[in-house]
Amino acid sequence: MSFLLTEPFRLLLSILCIVAFVGGNAAYLVLAERKGAGRFQNRPGPNEAGFGGWLQPIADVGKLISKQLMVPPEADQLLFRLAPLVVLTPAMMCLAVIPFGDTVVARNINVGLLMVFSFGSINVMAILLSGWASRNKFAIMSAARVVSQNVAYEIPMLLVVITLLMATGTMDLSEIVRQQAGGFWHWNFCRVWINPLMPVTFVIFFICMLAETNRAPFDMAEAESELVAGAFTEYGSMGFGVFFMAEYANIVLGCSLATVLFFGGWQTGLGAVPAAWGGWGVLVGLGFFMAKLYALIFTVIWVRWTFPRTQFYILLNLSWKILIPVSLFTLLLSSAMIKLLPR
Amino acid sequence: MKASLLAVPRGFLSLLTGMRVTLTQFFKPTVTVQYPWQTLKMPARFRGHIELIVDPENGRYRCIACKLCERACPSACIVVDGAKLEGEKKKSVTHYELDFTKCSLCGECIEACPSDAIRFSKAYNLASTNRNEYDYDLMKTPGPEEKRP
Amino acid sequence: MSASFDIAASAKSGETFVLNLGPQHPAAHGVLRVKMTMDGEYVMRSEPVIGYIHRMHEKMGENRSLAKFLPNTGRIDYLSALHYNHAFVGAVERAARIEVPPRAEFIRVITSELNRISSHLVWWGAFLLDLGGFTPLLYAFDDREKILDLLEGVTGSRLTYCYFRFGGVRDDLDEGFVERTRAFIAQMRPRLKMYRQLVTDNIILRKRLENIGPISPELCRRYGATGPVIRGSGVPYDVRKIEPYSVYSQLDFEVPVYPEGDCMGRYRVRMDEIAQSLRIIEQALDKLPDGPTLGKVPRVLKLPVGDVCYAVEAARGRLMVRIVSDGKEAAYRLKLRTPSFSNMSLFEEASRGMLLADALALMGSLDLVIPDIDR
Repeated sequence: MSFLLTEPFRLLLSILCIVAFVGGNAAYLVLAERKGAGRFQNRPGPNEAGFGGWLQPIADVGKLISKQLMVPPEADQLLFRLAPLVVLTPAMMCLAVIPFGDTVVARNINVGLLMVFSFGSINVMAILLSGWASRNKFAIMSAARVVSQNVAYEIPMLLVVITLLMATGTMDLSEIVRQQAGGFWHWNFCRVWINPLMPVTFVIFFICMLAETNRAPFDMAEAESELVAGAFTEYGSMGFGVFFMAEYANIVLGCSLATVLFFGGWQTGLGAVPAAWGGWGVLVGLGFFMAKLYALIFTVIWVRWTFPRTQFYILLNLSWKILIPVSLFTLLLSSAMIKLLPR
Repeated sequence: MKASLLAVPRGFLSLLTGMRVTLTQFFKPTVTVQYPWQTLKMPARFRGHIELIVDPENGRYRCIACKLCERACPSACIVVDGAKLEGEKKKSVTHYELDFTKCSLCGECIEACPSDAIRFSKAYNLASTNRNEYDYDLMKTPGPEEKRP
Repeated sequence: MSASFDIAASAKSGETFVLNLGPQHPAAHGVLRVKMTMDGEYVMRSEPVIGYIHRMHEKMGENRSLAKFLPNTGRIDYLSALHYNHAFVGAVERAARIEVPPRAEFIRVITSELNRISSHLVWWGAFLLDLGGFTPLLYAFDDREKILDLLEGVTGSRLTYCYFRFGGVRDDLDEGFVERTRAFIAQMRPRLKMYRQLVTDNIILRKRLENIGPISPELCRRYGATGPVIRGSGVPYDVRKIEPYSVYSQLDFEVPVYPEGDCMGRYRVRMDEIAQSLRIIEQALDKLPDGPTLGKVPRVLKLPVGDVCYAVEAARGRLMVRIVSDGKEAAYRLKLRTPSFSNMSLFEEASRGMLLADALALMGSLDLVIPDIDR
């Protein structure tokens, strides 16, 4: 049985788990979103397809797979087929460094945070690739909008994360989680003695995460339906399905990052898990992580179904004129406090 | 300057108020009626297609085939025919056809009728894939209601 | 903030393309086609193409006797059908000097105002759907369902009412209508407050609508725009106050007017109108007299030779029916002056130089119902 703990087997298991996690989330988050949307709107959501709607994603996947994969003749043959892969892969790879539990992490890299952000920016390139390769006027326009939106919102996100890095002193995600051990007042969200504007920092991070994943109210790229369907116009069946999966994978990644950075990751917030619990303790930690993760995902869904879409210039103004000055201010405040107040 | 600085937190608070509203609605019961497993009762004045009224005293249709409904109909969808039976003073209806593809449920036929012989029915489940099924012969009983679940 | 554009400069560069907002839309509006000449994101010129739902109601008015035209009136603008019923029967009553009993007049006002509220709720939900907020549509339709149930109890129909008759209304109010309507008013007022918290005060919506699509009173006058469009530009023009008809002169209500002239002004006018309609219904229920609901009408109705007009304040603006009669049973000419036609005509001039999404917000704020335009 000891071969189960050997490196190659563990690696294989991690890959399978991540792929399964992303796939399962993509399928069932769609259902959660539709049911959530229904409940916000006083209606049940999908409840016909088997056991009160729980087989709906299976039905959707079946429908998507059974359709013909069409590549338009004028499109760039290689890039068109490559774009969905380039969109999905970084999200999956970044999930490898997220600590889901005490030892439940695929690969703990000591520059984990840096890795997440570097791979995250590939997402932008992938959407541009899909818009460009489609050779469709509206797809290119929409892709250009997405690029400018994502670039604008990466900046405050990075500034906020730098603020956090100054507080934690390390880029290792597992280490960041360990620093937040103890009661919930040790979580980075509540650490107002390092930076009194920590909750504001979290809000900025959350807004930037919504904008990066092209979620409402910042979803004009895909939902500005005067221009058909945006950057993914030419994609049908599973091509579209993969973009959809990538969107939900990005949401999961963003919310996991928020949980790890601000809400203590797998820490229970009520005190340390007794060491005597051993393996069960790890599972308890995993359970708390999942609870926090899905609470944040619920908030993402909640925000989507409450607000109308912003206009494009309002979106950019929000980033450049409001979020960046505020995050710069918190950065300065943070560094001043760290310098002046002894740890 | 001060106003625009204050506008940011005020705007943010308006977002939170909106989220509170939707969250309150989240916990309220659904208002959906799961048709066709649940149905609603039609109100008393519901306008389904017209039907001939049977007089409870003598068990025959009240219609005397005076053709006033045929003339009052704006869409010309009624065809009535009648004949005088032996020993009767007035005519009795022998043929009453309603082309429901043209009927707009305006009720003018009912108002024009002098003998209170027609009324709106409560039939609403009338979907069909064949246009000819909408030539209702109102004298056939039971009528198109047999389509209802 | 608004995003305007120097039209002359771009016209010189000549780089424009035509975007066709085809007759089929994802939401709202109806079968309206707008050919927009665009320079990048900016609308240079927009040409509305109408006629996709022209059903020749005015011609049918010439071919049918007056009584037979009644079902048509409900279908011209199906969202506020009772107003159209009212204008037509009012014109005939005015020409033939038919007396309408007071109970019927009050019933007409109550049902018309309920219809106005349901029309504005549809507008609100569809407008927000255009802007990307999906939830308010469902809340609006929930409230509208209650109004439709009230009106179904009285008239038997849910949408295309054929309820008014010459000299009154077809049936009296059904049992329990007064209590149910009062209960509806009581639960609608907190809902309006919820709509304000969820949508009207929302910073995202305000940024989308404030200072977008300015329409001056001068522009309204040139195109004959009425209703919330002109009231949102500061002109207090409401047919119920200026040419009072039915029993509106006996009821106390305000006409909401906002001077800004942007999309937000028109939005606020309609939301306030819902509140005012609730007030009117309450007063009418309190003042509802007993009596008959149908006056004396000759068996064969022929109007005297001449012409007659009757105007009402429909949900979208001033609706006027003009009947020219030559003494026969059918009208010689039946003219419907519908509000959406005039409201839409100013879209071309008002949308010049706007961003596409803003132009669509402007079109949504005009509250167009295409069957009303095409008749």
